[in-house]
Amino acid sequence: MRSDKSTSAPFGLKIAAASGLLFLHLPLLLIFLYAFTTEEKSYQFPPPGLTLKWFAVTWERADVWQALWLSVRVASISTMIALVLGTLCAAAVSQTRFFGRETISLLVILPIALPGIITGIALRSAFSLADIPFSFWTIVLGHATFCIVVVYNNAVARFRRVSGSLMEASMDLGANGFQTFRYIILPNIGTALLAGGMLAFALSFDEVIVTTFTGGQQSTLPIWMLQELIRPRQRPVTNVVAMVVVIVTFLPILGAYYLTRDGDQIAGSGK
Amino acid sequence: MSAIVQQHAIQTGRGSLAGRVSDFLWKHPHVFLTILLGPPLLWLGIIYLGSLLALLLQSFFSIDDYSGLINYEFTLATYRQLLNDANFDIIIRTILMAAIVTLFSAVIAFPIAYYAARYARGKWKVIFYLGVMLPLWSSYLVKIYAWKLILAKEGILTWLVTKLNLLWLLDAWLSLPVIGGNSLSVSYTGTFIVFVYVWMPFMILPIQAALERVPTNLIEASSDLGGTPQQTFRHVLFPLALPGIVAGSIFTFSLTLGDYIIPQIIGSSRLFIGQAVYAQQGTAGNIPLAAAFTVVPIIIMGLYLWMARRMGAFDAL
Repeated sequence: MRSDKSTSAPFGLKIAAASGLLFLHLPLLLIFLYAFTTEEKSYQFPPPGLTLKWFAVTWERADVWQALWLSVRVASISTMIALVLGTLCAAAVSQTRFFGRETISLLVILPIALPGIITGIALRSAFSLADIPFSFWTIVLGHATFCIVVVYNNAVARFRRVSGSLMEASMDLGANGFQTFRYIILPNIGTALLAGGMLAFALSFDEVIVTTFTGGQQSTLPIWMLQELIRPRQRPVTNVVAMVVVIVTFLPILGAYYLTRDGDQIAGSGK
Repeated sequence: MSAIVQQHAIQTGRGSLAGRVSDFLWKHPHVFLTILLGPPLLWLGIIYLGSLLALLLQSFFSIDDYSGLINYEFTLATYRQLLNDANFDIIIRTILMAAIVTLFSAVIAFPIAYYAARYARGKWKVIFYLGVMLPLWSSYLVKIYAWKLILAKEGILTWLVTKLNLLWLLDAWLSLPVIGGNSLSVSYTGTFIVFVYVWMPFMILPIQAALERVPTNLIEASSDLGGTPQQTFRHVLFPLALPGIVAGSIFTFSLTLGDYIIPQIIGSSRLFIGQAVYAQQGTAGNIPLAAAFTVVPIIIMGLYLWMARRMGAFDAL
């Protein structure tokens, strides 16, 4: 661990770091290979042949489209709710001083800090106690709850960097609170909110544990996938869907990174 | 003239409705704060905390053995059931698994975090960052599915092991009691590998954050004073990285503790806490016992967070 100014890492460290990253990435690459396999019944390696046939088969599957569409709707609405609530909370915590701010942060983080199964079963038993039938909205209720924290974290980090004197200047120049919000605050926190929103969308789009408890008969894409994992019906279709899901979740992560990369706190560092 | 304008701006309120509202909020910060905090607190307080408390309350009820209905009388009998041999085994097994997964995650994550914090610059810093973020955020189920492909009997791992002429080693491993099984995808070893794979990325960034705060000259000083790399690691680097490791372990430990999907898809038939909760509330319909089971991870995580706080782990988050 000797360090000169022009240090390069010790060989052992390089190997360990590289193999760690490979361990993280190789299994995901395998998903891409299996989407093209001709083997239908098993997970045989190496694949006996490669084909594009299963993309067409998947495209024709109504159940996949339904699940995808439900996931997109749930994720969009949950993200919108989380954006409003998370931003309000972040504004309150960072712009004002009040007793119990720490507690608020804890309360926001709790739904994601406790294992998902606890959130899920708590919501489920509350719904059945209150005689609320499971529906699209019960899924949204659960998702929005744990998405708030992602928006909140991003917004708090950005609010910290928006200097208070900017707002005071705006007020001094005669703008009212709404105008200050529209022309000063929003442009400053906009990218952070967009990044937070993208991450919230990705989080909701991928969520399975809470959804198993709060969903009724409908299946979101992760629920569809879970059913295929437990009782496989058509493995090649699952392979294709898995690959599409990997690509779809990568986009918001890359987007969120480019939106916040200049900041001191980059989006998504805590899931 | 500017003085007149200024005075004018201060003295008269704004005429429009929006102006009057914002003046009012400016003069009454408490009302403003209530408006900001109200909606999120109502949402989290009612929907989330409300459900959580309702669940915890149910753990003090019991279920009637004959009718299968919930008996709404305060009792600790449900908690006593947790200490049954079978249930207690589940708890111990889960805690043990969470601890081992956390330990291995730290060992794998440390070199990645150390390289990223200390040596990676410019383009490589970005590559390392995204290289950790993409697997961390990519779909949980797809990650499990990938391992099903890998660990299956006809899958890539068996193929690789056969090519390397190490099939005897794999067979010997699988024939071991407890950690072995028919194939890796139905053994504890498989469950363990997937747990490490899925939760390890959460360990990297906190460790990296802690390591980035270690001044380089501390390490130089240690080696100038004759410390071997091992000594520098043990007495300088590791103690300074420890808050980061503890912070990361909060995630790996908590997430392993509550997971029920990974052991269900890749694992043996012996249950973990998450699966027990799922089975009790679902097929068994025993909500009180399910609720009592969920109290276990809550208490363990409470203790864990309290200890982590004392070790300064929250500064590393």
